Amino acid sequence: MFEILEKKNLNPFVTMMKINAPRVAKKAEPGQFIILRTDSEGERIPLTIADYDREKGTVSIIFQIVGATTEKLNHMNVGDFLSDFTGPLGKATETAGLKKVAVVGGGVGCAIAYPVAKKLHEMGVEVHAVVGFRNKELLILEDEFRAASSKLVIMSDDGSVGEKGLVTDALRNLIESGEKYDRVITIGPVIMMKFVCQLTKEYNIPTVASMNPVMIDGTGMCGGCRLTVGGETKFACVDGPEFDGHLIDFDEAIARSAGYKSFERKAHEDTCNLFKGVE
Amino acid sequence: MPNMSLQKNKMPEQAPDVRNKNFDEVALGYTEEQAIDEAKRCLNCKNKPCVTGCPVQIDIPAFIAEVAEGRFEEAYKIIAKSSSLPAVCGRVCPQETQCESKCVRGIKGEPVAIGRLERYVADRHNALADKVIEKPVSNGHKAAIIGSGPSSLACAGDLAKMGYDVTIFEALHVAGGVLSYGIPEFRLPKSIVQQEIEGLKALGVKIETNTVVGKTVSIDELIDEEGFETVFIGTGAGLPRFMNIKGENLNGVYSANEFLTRINLMKAYKPDSATPINAGEKAVVVGGGNVAMDAARCAKRLGADVTIVYRRTEKELPARAEELEHAKEEGIKFAFLTNPVEITSTENGWAKSIICEKMKLTEPDERGRAKTVPIEGEFTEIEADCVIMSIGTSPNPLIRTTTKGLDTQKWGGIIADEDGLTSREGVYAGGDAVTGAATVILAMGAGKKAAAAMDEYMKNNA
Repeated sequence: MFEILEKKNLNPFVTMMKINAPRVAKKAEPGQFIILRTDSEGERIPLTIADYDREKGTVSIIFQIVGATTEKLNHMNVGDFLSDFTGPLGKATETAGLKKVAVVGGGVGCAIAYPVAKKLHEMGVEVHAVVGFRNKELLILEDEFRAASSKLVIMSDDGSVGEKGLVTDALRNLIESGEKYDRVITIGPVIMMKFVCQLTKEYNIPTVASMNPVMIDGTGMCGGCRLTVGGETKFACVDGPEFDGHLIDFDEAIARSAGYKSFERKAHEDTCNLFKGVE
Repeated sequence: MPNMSLQKNKMPEQAPDVRNKNFDEVALGYTEEQAIDEAKRCLNCKNKPCVTGCPVQIDIPAFIAEVAEGRFEEAYKIIAKSSSLPAVCGRVCPQETQCESKCVRGIKGEPVAIGRLERYVADRHNALADKVIEKPVSNGHKAAIIGSGPSSLACAGDLAKMGYDVTIFEALHVAGGVLSYGIPEFRLPKSIVQQEIEGLKALGVKIETNTVVGKTVSIDELIDEEGFETVFIGTGAGLPRFMNIKGENLNGVYSANEFLTRINLMKAYKPDSATPINAGEKAVVVGGGNVAMDAARCAKRLGADVTIVYRRTEKELPARAEELEHAKEEGIKFAFLTNPVEITSTENGWAKSIICEKMKLTEPDERGRAKTVPIEGEFTEIEADCVIMSIGTSPNPLIRTTTKGLDTQKWGGIIADEDGLTSREGVYAGGDAVTGAATVILAMGAGKKAAAAMDEYMKNNA
């Protein structure tokens, strides 16, 4: 059992939790993920590690409420216990030899982009962060990103915070203005990552995208998280979650991510109705 | 007087058209009368040929003689000397190619139903309310076991009985390995697996779930930092293979592992499960092993019309005869000499059909095995909104890529000697992780052998 030590709503749909998980904290690196179950009847969901404290033995997760399980998770509080918390899974972000990196995050993906930016910044890499949100209300981790980068560009769909436009607009401006990145790391909605990768391909900038497909075990056993990279089938859980963004078949990944949409929508509604009864 | 009937006593079963709509156990087990009557078919041969067919050498005639006399606990004690999981093995062992294949009664007629008798004895024992398990006195030596499938459970059980302080590390949230995530409820009820695991816990075995060795902690750390003197690797062969054909990544296409894990481990067959499953209206299972039969029978129970596609003929089908019979009775269709080449897609990226080439058998080679070759230009298309790939599994690379000095075969299997010793001192391995996908009983046998060797090692290094 894994105790929830801290809980903070970052915006109305995104929550941060700090979990007591000493074994996971000891090994966690940016870019890796965990799999949790809220209770003994729950499904297994993967969430990327947002932060960790090896000494205190804690791991932070940040999640957006999208389905039944994240809804349930959001109803849990400090002092409650998660029945299962496994990790760290997947490969850590490769950071060796980098000098100047643009980290491009979208929405709740910024929660994953942040520890990567932080680690690079601590290593002395020059970090430019480009983060995009639908609107001001959804903005998360602004101060954290500011502290972990030498340049922060905030974009929003409606212009209510930062500049109006897409992260790709901002990235193109930076590149066009002469910024030379030896890598772009992008984390966010698959469709956003697809366009970021298309853009960086034009400029021949090596780009890594962090994939977060449906999976069960997270150890290579089910193959549910498979995707095509450079014409080969890869498992996001063990071969990734980060892959060469110029080789990922994004259209296939988008189609696969929609596989259980209708089930999820129904399960989420049922769960919401359940909570209406108790609150 | 022995019972000279040429046939085994039949085991009561749920009727096919009833059971193919539920996940309850298919075979219902003998009654006391049926068990005693069947036991009397045993001739109690002096040279015990059946024992030579058993990977863990259960003294079969001795336990059957006790059953014939109605002394069921005595029978259980005889089995338990050699086997740690009799209720499991009585259900899933391929007895027809092991003990029963050597039975003298099988020369003229059917062999004694050894498996059914083992199951009866184990179930009867497990139903006893006042089982007393004595926790052995600890000898203070620590052994780590990676994975909690059959080889690990057998190894842990033997070591615990000898007084070792045993900890099992399991990656998933439930112990049991393939017994929990792979074999369906209707063939091996999960309550039975749980009972066996509770028995181990009562012996003092600790189980740490949610621990992925190779990620959460490494074998070297278990030895260097956590004080484990020996390690047993029983991580199985859980990595699914795919065919690498067009359309394999469409929605509705599963590995058998994923399909079965969703159903068995995550209980997706229950209407209120949080984990979704999609068996479609028309499911095609590719492959001919026991796992393919399990996947097909699960899909049928979820309401799909199911066809098994296999590139050879029924004669070469690797599944147990009993599984094949059960599958047929339940209405599973078969397309033999058929090999998938492409899965076609709907507009929305879901599987629509599977295109297969027709195959023919060649003349058998010197080993007597016929190959299959495609018949040029002959194809068949089978409608399928669910496709389940059940063409085998291989060992997971997690352990071999994170353990220094652990030698492995080219195909990924861990190299171990007769006793299970790997290229690393104090590190043993057994089961599918060493042999590639095989059977529960062979894995158990390997776990027991390794336990004996680990005992020697720890005694000598104390």
